[in-house]
Amino acid sequence: MIPPSFEYHAPGSLADAIGLLKQHGDEAKILSGGHSLVPLMKMRFAAPAHIVDINDIPGLDYLKEEGGHLRIGALVREADLEASAVIAAKFPLILDATKLIADPQVRNRATIAGNLAHGDPANDHPAVMLALDAELVIEGSGGERVVPITKFFVDTFETALASDEVLKEVRIPIPPAKSGGAYFKLERRVGDFAIVGVAAQVSLDGAGNIQSAGIGLTNVGPMPIKAEAAEASLAGKAPNDATLQQAGQLAADASKPVTDNRAPEDYKRAMVKELTIRALRRAVSRAEGGN
Amino acid sequence: MSTVNVTVTVNGVERSAEVEPRTLLVYFLRDHLRLTGTHIGCDTSNCGACTVMLDGKIIKSCTLFAVQANGKSVKTVEGLAENGKLHPIQEGFKEEHGLQCGFCTPGMMLSALELLQKNPHPSEDEIRWGISGNLCRCTGYQNIVKAIQYAADKMAKGEA
Amino acid sequence: MAETTSESLGGIGQSVKRKEDLRFIQGKGKYIEDFYLPNMVYGVFVRSIFAHAKINSINSDAALKVPGVVAVLTEKDLAGVNLAWMPTLAGDTQAVLAGEKVLFQSQEVAFVVAETQAAAVDGASLVEVDYEELPVVVDPFKAMEPGAPVLRTDKEGQKDNHIFTWEAGDKAKTEKAFQDAEVTVSQKTHYPRCHPAPLETCGCVVDHNAFTGRTDIFMTSQAPHAHRTIFALISPFKEHTTRIVAPDIGGGFGNKVPVYPGYVLSAVASLVLGRPCKWIETRSENIQSTGFARDYHSEIELAATKDGKITALRVKTTADHGAFDAQASPSKWPAGLFSICTGSYDIADAHVQVDAVYTNKAPGGVAYRCSFRVTEAVYIMERAVDLLAVKLNMDPVQLRKKNFIKPEQFPYKSTTGWEYDSGDYEKTMNVALEAVGYDQLRKEQAEKRSRGELMGIGISSFTEIVGAGPRKQFDILGLSMNDGAEIRVHPTGTVMARFGVKSQGQGHETTFAQILAEELGIPEADIIVEEGDTDTAPYGLGTYGSRSTPVAGAAAAIAARKIRDKAQKIAAHMLEVSEADIEWKDYKFQVKGVPGKAKTMAEVAFAAYTAIPDGMEAGLEAVTYYDPPNFTFPYGTYICVVDIDSKTGEYKIRKFVAVDDCGIVINPMIVEGQIHGGLTEGFAIATMQEIRFDEGGNILNGNFMDYMLPTAVDTPHWDLDRTVTPCPHHPIGAKGIGESANVGSPPAIVNAIVDALSHLGVTNIEMPVSPWKIWRILHEKGVA
Repeated sequence: MIPPSFEYHAPGSLADAIGLLKQHGDEAKILSGGHSLVPLMKMRFAAPAHIVDINDIPGLDYLKEEGGHLRIGALVREADLEASAVIAAKFPLILDATKLIADPQVRNRATIAGNLAHGDPANDHPAVMLALDAELVIEGSGGERVVPITKFFVDTFETALASDEVLKEVRIPIPPAKSGGAYFKLERRVGDFAIVGVAAQVSLDGAGNIQSAGIGLTNVGPMPIKAEAAEASLAGKAPNDATLQQAGQLAADASKPVTDNRAPEDYKRAMVKELTIRALRRAVSRAEGGN
Repeated sequence: MSTVNVTVTVNGVERSAEVEPRTLLVYFLRDHLRLTGTHIGCDTSNCGACTVMLDGKIIKSCTLFAVQANGKSVKTVEGLAENGKLHPIQEGFKEEHGLQCGFCTPGMMLSALELLQKNPHPSEDEIRWGISGNLCRCTGYQNIVKAIQYAADKMAKGEA
Repeated sequence: MAETTSESLGGIGQSVKRKEDLRFIQGKGKYIEDFYLPNMVYGVFVRSIFAHAKINSINSDAALKVPGVVAVLTEKDLAGVNLAWMPTLAGDTQAVLAGEKVLFQSQEVAFVVAETQAAAVDGASLVEVDYEELPVVVDPFKAMEPGAPVLRTDKEGQKDNHIFTWEAGDKAKTEKAFQDAEVTVSQKTHYPRCHPAPLETCGCVVDHNAFTGRTDIFMTSQAPHAHRTIFALISPFKEHTTRIVAPDIGGGFGNKVPVYPGYVLSAVASLVLGRPCKWIETRSENIQSTGFARDYHSEIELAATKDGKITALRVKTTADHGAFDAQASPSKWPAGLFSICTGSYDIADAHVQVDAVYTNKAPGGVAYRCSFRVTEAVYIMERAVDLLAVKLNMDPVQLRKKNFIKPEQFPYKSTTGWEYDSGDYEKTMNVALEAVGYDQLRKEQAEKRSRGELMGIGISSFTEIVGAGPRKQFDILGLSMNDGAEIRVHPTGTVMARFGVKSQGQGHETTFAQILAEELGIPEADIIVEEGDTDTAPYGLGTYGSRSTPVAGAAAAIAARKIRDKAQKIAAHMLEVSEADIEWKDYKFQVKGVPGKAKTMAEVAFAAYTAIPDGMEAGLEAVTYYDPPNFTFPYGTYICVVDIDSKTGEYKIRKFVAVDDCGIVINPMIVEGQIHGGLTEGFAIATMQEIRFDEGGNILNGNFMDYMLPTAVDTPHWDLDRTVTPCPHHPIGAKGIGESANVGSPPAIVNAIVDALSHLGVTNIEMPVSPWKIWRILHEKGVA
């Protein structure tokens, strides 16, 4: 319950933060919402010698539409997403997922950037961002770079972030008209990490067929999974039961669950299929203007 | 062992202490300020017994370093009653038997406070979601829901 | 003057708001962690990472170099003061700190004492323990196989892992009944190991004063007097110089009944250092090392006639007690009251056998929100009745009604030896059936089945047995299970009452005041109730097994009546009539037939200190130690309605009706609160709470991230009702109610889920019922 000692830094700018990260290398950890890092430190599973607290860096808490993208700054909290009009209007998928992350206290602190940067396949936003084809703006001592979400997750708890880099912004393309998304999550109890989570985003064409689809899977493999074959199978198809069933099966085939405290592997795989079908069904319904 | 000076406005009063950077806010409140109404029920940031408000938003004080609260304001259970008058939420918990052992109660009431500030007329379902970060082992939550409804009604009447 | 009524007094039957709430809602409760004594040190354990291993060496050098670390205590230090081992409540021995070997993961290995909690944690992380792993025994059945590693090599004469065999009932007669039976059913089932996990963990602050020779022990104790006596029996601490104070307790549920090594080590540290020592366990430590509950593997069989009369019951149980037999059961009852498993039914013959075994798991077996092992008993019986109903193609309601003990059979002597005090089971069940709309639900279920939808209705019509003693048969380590009440009526007519039990949220400060208000005619607002301090409280065995109202509540009434007896003499003197002319009526002493001529208890109290009759001692006080003549037998019928998602196995409790009968209700508001809480814990046990181990004895879910407790969103809404069948032997007709709901609800939930699947041939599903278990069944049956 008592973390190991560390030296605390509260840089006033991103540049200072990056400077500290460069100086201390692997010894340093970024602290934002703290809900991944602090529990690990309390259990003494993590013992960084330096904590770089970015919470007081100004200008990182923006959430805005710009240039065809939704741009979410590093310090935007889950509760901000929950309360955002643009999220509610254009990203029901994000809203679904956010509401199911932990609990109100945690959502007041936890950030979307931290949820991604932790590289935890059990976190919800990775799958959501895979479904939405997000890009991540990363800044480090070598400057700024933009990494597609598909290249971000490297291994369990490992991302494309170098030790002197900060995930500065999440950039999500604004979906075209007639789009919808949904997140389905099975939990052992409310607020828990997912047994299985499925994020689905679809755009329909004028005829009501699926123009494009994005599907991300939570906690069914060592990394967050983008169900590409399932996505591809949907393109150009009418969103009928047979189409969704097939996509569900392909998503299940793409999953790599293991048996753990949450559930056995066979159940998880079956639930990837079922939740994919349900998420797609609701995404389509939302794209059609329903709920 | 290096320490830092932390100054936090707690329940409207500026309070300072020299603490290690690793000192969690909950220990700052309890060990240093002796505000023991904020409780510790787990070590994994799950139970919500340590819930306080930081700049008007509920947080788990076991998952925030005290140094992060430097210069900010914190509200704890000890600051709920004002001018010797119980807050309607406190009253609701007593009137509706919303507590038994009382251990979860301070955190639970602060979650209720944020909920009612955001949503003055919550449904039963919204109340249950609003307190989903606070575990209670005694009441089965049913009377806590009633307590918060009581407070909502009372606060609505106060506004009118 | 307004008429005095039970309502105006806040007497029995009134939903008086709780006296204890004012401090709790203002953050001014005082729990163990809120004690900060001057010059205090902190203790933190080093715990075993292995489930079974030899300890080759312990190196404390690095830990002792941490600034602030004062001492590192190991088994060798304790052996020096003869405290390396302590007796458990079950009469076994438990290592205070592991010596030669560790027997479960998270076992206490060393105790680091430091100036601050942080330094103690830092120190503990640096203690190096050299372990040599030994073969691990996790499965209690494998523990009993020939050749299994013997775990308790410390016990002389212990050649295997068997702890005890306990039997009840008539084996031969039962066997004969099964031979003659027209129909039999049987089922193996496991009541999972779970943990009470009160929101406050265990802890203490021990303050030994070398100058006065006195020791104050502030601790999370459900039984302060019993704990002090045990301390005095096992340690250098004497009873008269030791004071145990149980302050406000953040929930107990049986978890705060056993004596834990942390208490002993804090006492040793305080004694050695001459400074107060505080020990507060973390939540993970609480779940991993302190008293677990249940873990009964049972095979239950019923014999019956073709038309549904149950003729015999047979139960064979293997009980996993962990590394030390530290369960909390009365001495002569190693399996507690498990033989109550004939339940609410009139069954001619029964035989029950329990074999307890050692495994490499944490010790315990506490009565988690239930009377000793009653939850396990109720579960198997209520499951078995449903099995029989399916086999006979009978409605489970009809089958239960056919076999209920009838009202005219009370007091009912069961075949396993219990004398049920009172009940009208069918009446109570009918209230529940009506409330839930049973017939309509069965129609709905039939319709839904025809559409492939899954819905189930589960019933549990349980009987509890609570309120131990009687003292002749029931004791804990030889301490008879009776309880004291001490009442002082002050000259101005206010009252101080003290008890040997200890509330952990049950509201004793309010309900006991209500009993006294009713008995003394003094408003509850003028009565203060104190518990938990051995310096002031009368002796008692504490609060668990729903014994507070049956035992201490009775003591309150009896002591109050003693006071009334003396007061009546004083009143007669004041009213200048003979005592025989006085009657206690409308909460006053009145001259018979002269309504205006009366004295209130307050008036008498003043006289008791100022104007007593010649030859009478002054004062108005009473002490009683109540020895209950029998247990009380609260009961109820619970009906649960579930809807199951056939594709995911997720289920939702749509409706849950709980009709309880706990006799006379002292405070309906508090009783309802107890039932809500009990139902929620029963729900949690049935659906999510289980402590799991891998084959190496590693705990798979030893913290709140993975040991699941329900949130407000998960928890169903509870619909309550009640019937009132007064307890004939209790002074106010009350029965215990704190635990009925936890005992009665798990089978209702499991029965509902099995019922939803029964048309697929499903007869059992094991707790906790995770959706994946249902999905597996549906998948195998080709539904999902």
